[in-house]
Amino acid sequence: MTDAPLLEERPRTLAEKVWDKHLVAKGENGTPDLIYIDLHLVHEVTSPQAFDGLRLAGRPVRRPDLTIATEDHNTPTLAIDKPIADLTSRTQIETLRRNCEEFGIRLHSLGDIEQGIVHVVGPQLGLTQPGITVVCGDSHTSTHGAFGAMALGIGTSEVEHVMATQTLPLKPFKTMAITVDGTLRPGVTAKDLILAVIAKIGTGGGQGYVLEYRGSAIRALSMEGRMTICNMSIEAGARAGMVAPDAITYDYLQGRAHAPDGQDWLDAVAYWDTLATDDGAVFDAEVILDADTLEPFVTWGTNPGQGVSLSEAVPDPAGISDANERSAAERALEYMDLAAGTPMKDIRVDTVFLGSCTNSRVEDLRAAAAIIAGRTLAPGVRMLVVPGSARVRIEAEAEGLDKIFTDFGAEWRFAGCSMCLGMNPDQLAPGERCASTSNRNFEGRQGKGGRTHLVSPLVAAATAIRGTLSSPWDLAQDGDK
Amino acid sequence: MQKFTTVTGIALPLRRSNVDTDQIIPAVYLKRVTKTGFEDALFARWRADPDFVLNDPAYRGARVLVAGADFGTGSSREHAVWALRDYGFDVVLSPRFGDIFRGNSGKQGLLAGQISEADAQRLWDVIEACPGVELTVDLVSRTARVGALTVPFEIDDYTRWRLLEGLDDIGLTLRDEARIAEFESHREPWRPRTLPARQVSL
Repeated sequence: MTDAPLLEERPRTLAEKVWDKHLVAKGENGTPDLIYIDLHLVHEVTSPQAFDGLRLAGRPVRRPDLTIATEDHNTPTLAIDKPIADLTSRTQIETLRRNCEEFGIRLHSLGDIEQGIVHVVGPQLGLTQPGITVVCGDSHTSTHGAFGAMALGIGTSEVEHVMATQTLPLKPFKTMAITVDGTLRPGVTAKDLILAVIAKIGTGGGQGYVLEYRGSAIRALSMEGRMTICNMSIEAGARAGMVAPDAITYDYLQGRAHAPDGQDWLDAVAYWDTLATDDGAVFDAEVILDADTLEPFVTWGTNPGQGVSLSEAVPDPAGISDANERSAAERALEYMDLAAGTPMKDIRVDTVFLGSCTNSRVEDLRAAAAIIAGRTLAPGVRMLVVPGSARVRIEAEAEGLDKIFTDFGAEWRFAGCSMCLGMNPDQLAPGERCASTSNRNFEGRQGKGGRTHLVSPLVAAATAIRGTLSSPWDLAQDGDK
Repeated sequence: MQKFTTVTGIALPLRRSNVDTDQIIPAVYLKRVTKTGFEDALFARWRADPDFVLNDPAYRGARVLVAGADFGTGSSREHAVWALRDYGFDVVLSPRFGDIFRGNSGKQGLLAGQISEADAQRLWDVIEACPGVELTVDLVSRTARVGALTVPFEIDDYTRWRLLEGLDDIGLTLRDEARIAEFESHREPWRPRTLPARQVSL
């Protein structure tokens, strides 16, 4: 350990420990700290201008061995063996391929087993590890914090900066504890929990903070569940979200391609065991949530903070005291074509999307498949299932999940970001309403004029069966039909 | 990057909060591989509405955007900053910014100044009373002035200094190259490496 003794004495949070460990140079007189970056994930959309910048300045990528790229944002999810039909998408993908070749970056292209959503690929390769710093030109990089890593979404200028220097100048963040004790009821998932957190603190509530999720309900979550939670930290405005590593983390990692092995594994675990927030460490803010009373949670508006329990109704903007919030709610209801007071469960959808870096891992697919097995898709509804990576797709097929989805009436696609942001052909038509396991219900996010309700994989599955926003609890009440 | 001290130009009032980067530039415009030419993509969906404020001829050539709280939330796309720059904006004033957007702004010479909710309201009132009025943003004194109204804005000292000096971040960091190399010399061997690629079968 090279940390200064002074830093060791004060009880520290998980985030502070990772920060201190990566300090290359301490900022003075208001300048930022210089932080070392252990892992840089790259994709086609936010990298071309960064590579261009390097070329112009005659700079190499400093550490290709800490850098990895994949294609995900605008790749098609059908006919991936054919040239990409959309010319600008194809150009962007080809640009990434050329850049990776020129700068010596490992790339997992369409058709490769490790291709997929960048935030699914890092963990599945075992590259995402506790106590590391991870960056990517994508705001959902926060996903990797589930391992106890400090994972930051960055812009293209910073992508170039990390490529050139393997560091980032950063001001220390404030820390916020999100403590969730109790037990989630069956049918209530990590997705419901994080949607409830965002509704509670708002889309700006986490601004300037690294969130640390703590408490018995978080400890009980699988790595997939923890990734879902950390993924959406950015929707609360936070710079990052973290969960301290534990046996569940180590079990997930051990044996993965890039996880340490032999003596390295023992050394790594010994370090990882020191990462948890010290007793007596002080957070700048704390939010407390009770897992016991949580219900399936869905959004009604056009930002991820505009959500309610599925058993509730569309809220009346007139009841919102803050003038900005009220006008935002009025605008959202107009865009979403919803009337205040409508029970959420009466809302009929046209499309169900199961996928995205929030909920496209094999555990998510399994959970949805278990609900729909032996049933049929509601008439007039289409359902898209998009695995997070080619490997997830193959794993799911080995378990027969693809057959369950296609028998049900859903479309089984190839891996990518797909309808989460509609950069590829997977888009909503104007006015179309979608129950989506993704992370953003912004206006037009899934296609111009499209209307998005954010839901868990279980709610997505139950909604696909009933045609209206539903949870497994509603299926139980319907009885076995 | 050009040095930034003061800007005087037409101010555009955007009376909306939670303007996420998907609204500033929809994802369909992110497929370009260049850093310029995004001016038509700025607020593309909203501009389809003839009543949208950006379509008001009085505000043509605006250089200062005065927006509601939580401007630039959501996606990390720096294209949002490029689109604002390409359109001609040098300054955005808002009571609160998305963190990543604010960081991106500082790297592209776009001043993101934080004002109070009350001052946003005052600025909107003055601007709308006289559409096309020019506003002066002074980075040295951290103030925005329009007519008789002067309001303070906040920007962190480091970003302000870099904007005033027109400094490039990478060049600044590379002055510390020896310290980066020193740090690398004692990184633990078990930390992950992407190369050589390792594979495990299913």
